[in-house]
Amino acid sequence: MALVNIKINGQPYQVESGLTVLEAARKCGYVVPSLCAFNHGKCSLASCRVCLVEVVGARGLVASCVYPVNEGMEIITNSQKAVEARRASVELILSNHQKNCLQCPKQGKCELLEVANIVGARDQKFVGEQSKATIDQLAPGLMRNTAKCILCGRCVERCKEAHGISILGFENRGFNAIVGPAQNRSFAESPCLQCGQCVNVCPTGALYENEEIAKVDEAFRAGKKVIVQTAPAVRAAIAEEFGEPIGTTGTGKMVAALRRLGFYRVFDTNFAADLTIMEEAHELMDRITKKTAPLPQITSCSPGWINYLEYFYPEVIPNVSSCKSPHMMMGAVIKSYFAKQHELDPKDIFVVSIMPCTAKKYERQRKEMPNDVDAVLTTGGVMEAALRTAYFWLTGKEYQEINFTAVRGLEGVKEAALNINGTEIKVAVTSGMANAKKLLDQIKDGTSPYAFIEVMCCPGGCINGGGQPFVKPIFLPNEDDDILETYRAKRASVLYSEDERLVIRQSHNNKDIQKLYKDYLGEPGSELAEELLHTSYDAKRTRFPEK
Amino acid sequence: MMGSGGAIVMDEDNCMVDVAKFYMTFICDESCGKCSPCRIGTKRCLDILTKICDGKGEPQDLEDLKELSNVIRNNSLCALGQTATNPILSTIKAFPEEYEAHVKDHKCPAHVCKNMMEYFILPNKCIGCGLCMRNCPVGAIAPGTEPAHLPNGNVNPGKFAHVIDPKKCVKCGSCLSGCRIGAITKR
Repeated sequence: MALVNIKINGQPYQVESGLTVLEAARKCGYVVPSLCAFNHGKCSLASCRVCLVEVVGARGLVASCVYPVNEGMEIITNSQKAVEARRASVELILSNHQKNCLQCPKQGKCELLEVANIVGARDQKFVGEQSKATIDQLAPGLMRNTAKCILCGRCVERCKEAHGISILGFENRGFNAIVGPAQNRSFAESPCLQCGQCVNVCPTGALYENEEIAKVDEAFRAGKKVIVQTAPAVRAAIAEEFGEPIGTTGTGKMVAALRRLGFYRVFDTNFAADLTIMEEAHELMDRITKKTAPLPQITSCSPGWINYLEYFYPEVIPNVSSCKSPHMMMGAVIKSYFAKQHELDPKDIFVVSIMPCTAKKYERQRKEMPNDVDAVLTTGGVMEAALRTAYFWLTGKEYQEINFTAVRGLEGVKEAALNINGTEIKVAVTSGMANAKKLLDQIKDGTSPYAFIEVMCCPGGCINGGGQPFVKPIFLPNEDDDILETYRAKRASVLYSEDERLVIRQSHNNKDIQKLYKDYLGEPGSELAEELLHTSYDAKRTRFPEK
Repeated sequence: MMGSGGAIVMDEDNCMVDVAKFYMTFICDESCGKCSPCRIGTKRCLDILTKICDGKGEPQDLEDLKELSNVIRNNSLCALGQTATNPILSTIKAFPEEYEAHVKDHKCPAHVCKNMMEYFILPNKCIGCGLCMRNCPVGAIAPGTEPAHLPNGNVNPGKFAHVIDPKKCVKCGSCLSGCRIGAITKR
């Protein structure tokens, strides 16, 4: 990358060309607050006016989050004009913001409050009428309060970029402008996937998850046996909530803490993931050998993806595995096999799932899966494992390694090929619905070359789920500048290093899984397994559900 | 400067604060709502101008208005916001005494701002015809105790000059426009 010479506050620097002024200033160690800046300025609307700086020769102040650096540019961040302009922008935003910070779901993680501290904003500097607010609390996973919205547009860009469905958009004009689903409907009444990516990027408490912690408290008070299961992605990120650097493993402390909180048992959703893999591998084998259902088979672990499927691609439903997602399987097994083993009444068991996912809150309430899981609290690799197992069953040999490579022309899709008894089968992995759409269109046209596809709703998979700890550089002074690019890999490395330490890495070799099938379920795909571990999908779910 | 309306001729019957308020109402309508200085700032300007026109202004409001207008001009994203406060800045610059009368004496020199003016019937001019009383939509006008006068100055026997009850008056101006002899004024 070519370098350009710039001056910031009189000091000469060399920075990469193509950076925005904001990025360049931060790289050089200058604090410039920003709110709407998103995705290297590509998606910034330059609308919050909080990152204004002076550029010598430019007309007026410029929004540094979108202004590219040029050779010889002189930037002034600390002139009285720039400092006062930034402070005034924040004060204006605060004057139309619901400032009940103590009740705010983003308390402690509010970028607006942090930015207000940085610029030294004075409370009550500007006062006046507040915009009319919409509070949406109907949806199972996500909530919206426009009184806290600063209209930065990050959520709008995120929804468009990740899933290509643009559930959120701007509405109305001027002082009445708000962000929300079309016609200011509830999330529950729009084809929202409940994935929570918008919550992850929201700088304030305008978008937040539906907390179910009160239900868990109630179950404890009612003397129920409260059993908790934790998803793999949670342990890769939960340490961040306690001030550890991104990429710190939190498994041991998390399990110990959950036990001390008084949970009756702490289970690992990975166990149920093994169960999912057994069932999915069995289903795949049937599809390949007995042609019971069309190929490619698509994984069903991501409830956000299932929402997308039902809303936008009901014709692809036959291709989707009928397996419940692992945490629902876990709930079903706990309330049947575990209850029987420990002589407990399933009614006295309360299953809590700690998940990286806000869509799981919706999945829990699906009518097809009654009462498997009672509450979801928030904080991949299924296909690879299912392939290992299917390969073993079909060939009798263990498959060692599957190498995924990026598919040319299909950004965000990775594929691999493996040879089973002389037939080559192709598989693909993708995440983010904007990417998945390309594969789904192939299936619709009948041109899909794949036998098995793994789809995860959130870009980058569950480690970047809507219920994970927020990654906001403003609160992470000790992380590198490029943390937004590297945090997924850092979180994933926790899971890979755990995977490497395991002795048994194939689901079909898991002794407990073998025991569960021997004692209770029979074999994969048996009648009992169908009843407990499989589900069905609703092809008639309307795109815009009626009230 | 007031937008691209060409030349607008105004006389002493136009309150410059009210004119600025009119332009800000227009700007608030026109603002798209994308950038915060224009979306919120113009609304805050309108809030302050409304407060001044309602007779609740304080000298500090003038300083706030000037500061806020400059903020909106410097910070806004597009030319709508950058020029939105020109009517405020130019009226403050050219007619500071009108603004000061509003915020210090709580008087509107042009008798436009309704909270700072009232309609008044001149007792020595009123002939006691009762037309204003019949025109008044809220029944705020009644004959008073002072005698009415004919246009030649003589007392109009048996008639009394009418008076307006300021508590009932809604300041619609029907009496003023209806009076044929010009006995009603604003003050």
